[in-house]
Amino acid sequence: MSIDVEKILRPTDNPFPPFQPKYMMLAGGEEMVIRQVSREDIPDILKHVEPLLHVERDYYDVVAARLYSELLAYYRYRVQDEYVLVAQINGELVAVVNGRSLSKDVGMSYHTVALRRGLRVGAHAFASKMEYHFDILGQKEVLIVAESPIGFRRWMIEYELEKRFHMAHELGGVPSWSLTKELFNKARATLVVGRRPVPKHLLEKAKAAILPPTDPPKAPADLLAATRSMYDSTGTALMSQRWQQEGNA
Amino acid sequence: MREVYAVGVGITSFTRLEYPLSEIAAYPAMMALKDAGLSKVDHVYVANMAAARLNHQSGLASAVVDTLSLTPAGAEVIENGPASGASALKQGYMAIASGLHDVVLVTGAERLREVNNLEATDAVATLSHPLAEYIYGVTLPSLAAMFTRLYMQKYGVTERHLAMVAVKNHDNALLNFYAHLHEKVTLEGILDSPEAMTNNPYVAEPLRFFDCCPVSDGGACVILASAEVAKKLKKPLVRLAGVGQATDSHCVHERAEPTDLLAVRGAAAQAFKMAGVTPSDVNVAELHDAFTILEIAESEEVGFFKKGQGHLALERGETRIGGKLPINTSGGLKAKGHPVGATGVGQAHEIILQLRGEAEKRQVKDAKIGFTCNFGGFGNNVVCLVFKREN
Repeated sequence: MSIDVEKILRPTDNPFPPFQPKYMMLAGGEEMVIRQVSREDIPDILKHVEPLLHVERDYYDVVAARLYSELLAYYRYRVQDEYVLVAQINGELVAVVNGRSLSKDVGMSYHTVALRRGLRVGAHAFASKMEYHFDILGQKEVLIVAESPIGFRRWMIEYELEKRFHMAHELGGVPSWSLTKELFNKARATLVVGRRPVPKHLLEKAKAAILPPTDPPKAPADLLAATRSMYDSTGTALMSQRWQQEGNA
Repeated sequence: MREVYAVGVGITSFTRLEYPLSEIAAYPAMMALKDAGLSKVDHVYVANMAAARLNHQSGLASAVVDTLSLTPAGAEVIENGPASGASALKQGYMAIASGLHDVVLVTGAERLREVNNLEATDAVATLSHPLAEYIYGVTLPSLAAMFTRLYMQKYGVTERHLAMVAVKNHDNALLNFYAHLHEKVTLEGILDSPEAMTNNPYVAEPLRFFDCCPVSDGGACVILASAEVAKKLKKPLVRLAGVGQATDSHCVHERAEPTDLLAVRGAAAQAFKMAGVTPSDVNVAELHDAFTILEIAESEEVGFFKKGQGHLALERGETRIGGKLPINTSGGLKAKGHPVGATGVGQAHEIILQLRGEAEKRQVKDAKIGFTCNFGGFGNNVVCLVFKREN
């Protein structure tokens, strides 16, 4: 008798209510749509996450590598109860956030990656996924960690997260922090924005295609020299490299 | 006194820079030396405010002169808070005007982002009065907020006017490769939309996030030379024609009328008098808009507009590129950035480019006379400069 191994390996198929798309105006006047994507959309997102693996700045490389694996695992049915939201401006992918449901009451926040920096793109996307955990899944707390100092400032400080250091987070096994529903409600007035329903033309544009980021994060111009400069107070190599890069040689 | 010319300029991006402070000072100096076609100078002035405190580096001038292989030229650091840059240019001016030197390199550099924003803000706050201001938690944003509140009550300036300064200067910064913030902002996005309060929260009411300059690293350099040297170099002749400096009470609350920036008024008057021009002769200006209100207030104090009417000129679009008197074409501190010790040199860099006709997409047509105002402390030590194009 044959055994369907794939059936064993796949996560249990638990249905979850969908995230209703929303939109908001950024400081620059652009309207950003945040919506949930399905498995079928993942290959399009992976194409735009992959280049960030090589951006050795603000832990983009670590975050992108982990996000890539999480998205791929979701696409290939190797992670339990994951969801993925994207933020788009005129179809352009500007942020990806994801997480999963750990239990009825507890959410596990995975990653927040801004593909366009500034203007609170990542912060708005993060707030949306917390909204999903609390308002739609009805959870009581979400476990969070940050890989970068920027993330620490945005989540731990801005939301005044509580420590859950006795609980290892799924990202790296490091001690967890917690956003409780009470803390989220406290931050709601200042940090959580967005309007529903999304106007038809905005939503259609977003769904039509996940376009590549126009100004993605970039690696330092000269990483080797930048690293070396930490130890070399004269930094001659850095100066000569920059000199050449700007066409002065 | 001898005449003094700006013969070379260089600049780094104003942003977060991931290399040592001495290089942030040296790199624009290399560009300026190349720009001038010089390989040696008589003296080096390095403008910096916080190296010892934030970067664990003292004696910065010695490091810079050696990095540049300019030894045995004399070298020293000039510190005058956020006005360090213009103060260093003033020292350079005096060295050449007096006949002591023929070629002086003035480079400004700051690396604030080696520490977090809170530490950087605290470091800058140490320029307030230690016993009457600092110990009560005063920071520059809080002083500027109180100043803004008074200005609003007295002259009818509104949050919309402040946001208009931000929108204008962010637009200008989009045209400046070296600017810190390449982000367009709109009045709707930062003031009117339902999301505006989150996009642009209050930092110190009534000042919001987009009313405050970013915390920047950066360096800028200007090489000054005597007329004899300048005329041998194949560069447009830009003369540093006027220098003015004035001080005011250390504590803001001791001023008879806190909305009057007397040091700005005095420094500008001196600079204009020395240059033999009036405010109405100026074609382009860089003002110290660490907070949006300061662009409006300084535009009045230096004499471009009557007191209380700067915001009206802004409304009429007079200070935009293409307007009657473009202000902060570089993006200003607001969007170009504010690496404190380098800021005054960066302002001069922009004006020199404008007078040479090398400011590319942000070029002010036929600019002949330019002005800078570098605002130290909260207006307690101000240096103003006037530059003239001569050929």
